[in-house]
Amino acid sequence: MNEMTTPQEKLTIKDFTSDQEVRWCPGCGDYAILKCMQRTLPELGATRENTVFVSGIGCSSRFPYYMDTYGFHTIHGRAPAIATGVKLAKPELDVWVITGDGDGLSIGGNHLVHAIRRDVDLNILLFNNQIYGLTKGQYSPTSVVGTKTPSTPQGSVDPTLNPIAFALGSGARFVARTVDTAQKHMPDVFKRAHAFKGASFVEILQNCIVYNDAIWEEITNKKTAPDHQLLLEHGTPMIFGAERNKGIIFNTKSFALEVVTIGENSVTEGDILVHDETSLQMARMLGDLGEKPGEPAPMGVIYASEADHSYVDAVRGQMDSEKGKRTLKDIIRGGQTWVVE
Amino acid sequence: MALEVQTLESAVVRFAGDSGDGMQLTGSQFTNSTALSGNDLATFPDFPAEIRAPVGTTFGVSAFQINFGATSIKTVGDQPDVLVAMNPAALKVNLSNLRKGGMLVLDEGSFTTRNLQKAGYADNPAEGDTLDGYQVIKLDISKMTMEAVKEFGLGNKEALRCKNMWTLGLMLWMYTRKRQPVIDWLEKKFAKKPEIANANIAALNAGHAYGETSELSAHIHQYEVEPVHAEPGIYRTVTGSQALSWGIAAGGELSGLEIMFGSYPITPASPILHTLSGMKELGIVTFQAEDEIAAICAALGASYAGALGVTSSSGPGIALKTEALGLAISTELPLVVINSQRGGPSTGLPTKTEQSDLYQAIYGRNGDAPMPVVATRSPGDCFEVAIEACRLAVKYMTPVMLLTDGFIANAAEPWKLPDLDAIEPFPASQAKTPEGDEAFNPFLRDEETLARNWGVPGVKGTEHRIGGIEKSYDTGHISYDPANHQKMTDTRFAKIDGIAGDIPDQVVDQGEDSGTLAVVGWGSTYGPIEEAVKRARADGLSVSHIHLRYLNPFPKNLENLLGGFDKILVPEMNNGQLKTVLRDKFLLDAKPFTQVSGLPFKIGDLLSAIRAEIAS
Repeated sequence: MNEMTTPQEKLTIKDFTSDQEVRWCPGCGDYAILKCMQRTLPELGATRENTVFVSGIGCSSRFPYYMDTYGFHTIHGRAPAIATGVKLAKPELDVWVITGDGDGLSIGGNHLVHAIRRDVDLNILLFNNQIYGLTKGQYSPTSVVGTKTPSTPQGSVDPTLNPIAFALGSGARFVARTVDTAQKHMPDVFKRAHAFKGASFVEILQNCIVYNDAIWEEITNKKTAPDHQLLLEHGTPMIFGAERNKGIIFNTKSFALEVVTIGENSVTEGDILVHDETSLQMARMLGDLGEKPGEPAPMGVIYASEADHSYVDAVRGQMDSEKGKRTLKDIIRGGQTWVVE
Repeated sequence: MALEVQTLESAVVRFAGDSGDGMQLTGSQFTNSTALSGNDLATFPDFPAEIRAPVGTTFGVSAFQINFGATSIKTVGDQPDVLVAMNPAALKVNLSNLRKGGMLVLDEGSFTTRNLQKAGYADNPAEGDTLDGYQVIKLDISKMTMEAVKEFGLGNKEALRCKNMWTLGLMLWMYTRKRQPVIDWLEKKFAKKPEIANANIAALNAGHAYGETSELSAHIHQYEVEPVHAEPGIYRTVTGSQALSWGIAAGGELSGLEIMFGSYPITPASPILHTLSGMKELGIVTFQAEDEIAAICAALGASYAGALGVTSSSGPGIALKTEALGLAISTELPLVVINSQRGGPSTGLPTKTEQSDLYQAIYGRNGDAPMPVVATRSPGDCFEVAIEACRLAVKYMTPVMLLTDGFIANAAEPWKLPDLDAIEPFPASQAKTPEGDEAFNPFLRDEETLARNWGVPGVKGTEHRIGGIEKSYDTGHISYDPANHQKMTDTRFAKIDGIAGDIPDQVVDQGEDSGTLAVVGWGSTYGPIEEAVKRARADGLSVSHIHLRYLNPFPKNLENLLGGFDKILVPEMNNGQLKTVLRDKFLLDAKPFTQVSGLPFKIGDLLSAIRAEIAS
């Protein structure tokens, strides 16, 4: 606690940039995410002293070293558990978890499930590049079937894990997606994640230029992006496409979302589904959208529904309600005692 | 006419029955009454891993042994003087250990053909000559219990459940203990079910009255065990898990840090999680994690944020925590790790005791990863050792391994309440906002302790990044420099070794500072070794007992002290781990005496080993 009530100094990108030389490969998507974070934190009114970045192991997990805040580069897959401890001990801190598709969904899957299930007030950023980069290019749980890597020379055969569906299945109350190149879109997603009370899960599609280049090309390329991205906005019809004539409807017969073209088969703009980020059912369907050819990948806030109370408040509330009722002396003397004279 | 009351110096009673017979409750209530009578005592709850094994089988037998006396009691007793067997299986499992000529109380009502079969008896042992040489009291406890509780209108099953209280009533009569503490306890426990409370009380009274009025009193003695002459003070009984939990709470208060306890259920460590979870009023955060790894990680995260993280488990769980322990060592954060050891390897013997995780504690990590290791010797000792573990963790910025075991965790003993105000506080030191433009270096070290600078989130100006990658000695930033790694490795060892200068010199628990034989122990073998050495010395043998609390580093004077003896014998409930460590550190010819049966040492066995070693 600072004793002086000096007016809050205006922080800038420089204040959040550490003096450490960034050591990702040239052209790595991580640079863009880092810059975006350094740029966005001042806009959030974040302070360096109350901001903590906790990461696991992998390329993305080097992130904390480059932020001039508190940072803890931990062990493979365990960042959500360590961050839970940080938050339980000091609820006033802003805690960001940086993880990747291998770190968060493979070795650390269990911790991610439970941090999300408990709804710990963490901002969890999962950098998804569908590959193990730091160990030189093995396939990951999010790699598409058939990915050829040193450990899968004939192509991978494991079905792919969908991070959004994983988070929703774990009980996430905030789920969003953005992409490393989207320097306008990403800050908004960060701001929403930060403002959300509870576990915010953000999948960031990130390019690994060395081992899995251009996997997100359709989404990031300016020419193809409009047809492959569905930019979500709460209360707005889900329309996309270069011509802004494609949209999403709910097909009651197939019980699934479907891509339609406005003006064809008597579809009008009024038929298009309006995004409701508070609908869990819609979120679950949006989580699966983009897996079939011709479907766009939903970007932005897919689901946001705050709980009435926070997990950490509940844990600490149980302590506060008992506080002062007994001292350690009382507890030790609590049983049946006898006196030896 | 009743026989006169005989006075005994001590007695060993073992209650044995089916897992569902309530033997643990019977034993703990007998213990409580005994403690309130002012006796010294030691208990040994001995139960199966299965919650409810098939009724009547030998593997479903649960037992509770208590040794109590008018003199200092250090062990649970090699052989029971009295065995209470509530069914044939309990008799089968426990008879061989009963003292020849000892007393056997049998519930005849449970010696049915079916139960005899289940226990593997072809003939009823209560009827043949199997029990010759024992003082056998055959009673139909089941039937007498049913009669005693008839008026309360319970179902057959519920009524029969009261037979442990009938038996307890009889034993309380036999040893002239008070019934009132049990009655108080029953009334409290079944406050919402008064008919159950009353039925149990009626059974208790009936058992007691049976002893007093029946013909039994014509040929069975009643016994008295005088109060022990103990140090003046207020006493209570305490189990290892309780004392350990309270010690952790005290460690938090003495360091001025909030305790954040992360744990995952595992036998026999869970009682610590339960106890601390019930102490929220002290500002202790308890967190039941999704697994062992998350439990230690959350505790470490809390330490990073400025609390004192504590985690607790047993061997298999500690194995899972190993990688995070390495991170705690590398980032030099305070952390207390409690291992309630059980039989291993793997799942091993979950409910049986062993001390076979010493190697794991001292060596069991990747890389050169030193950490202090301390061990408790008895239930009451857990309190002090837990405080000491907290002190070392905070003062030296290091994880500390605290070894206890399944025996200590569950066993109870009388404990003189400590004077909390008399314990020296050890306030934690955390970095403040640096003055001027001075850069904060998290790895700046205290010259004396070599502990690093603990900067915690929330404080302005001490922002820093740490992790499991090697750090520069000078700045704390990532460093792959070869000379730096050598220096950091050396420093981490020097810091832990330096603790030897901050702990008490090793004392000799019993006997001279030099002589023919030193018996060196650690952990819960304290009681049996103490007693065996006492008897050996009474026989005129030159034996001393040295019991270690600090296993890494060892006390400074230990090498010299051990050098004063011609021979060294190391009894351990493992395959000879401390023996190996002593040989490694001091190039001493330490001899092992080992046992891994899941049971505590017997005094007689230790005494034979001492005699053999001296004669060799």
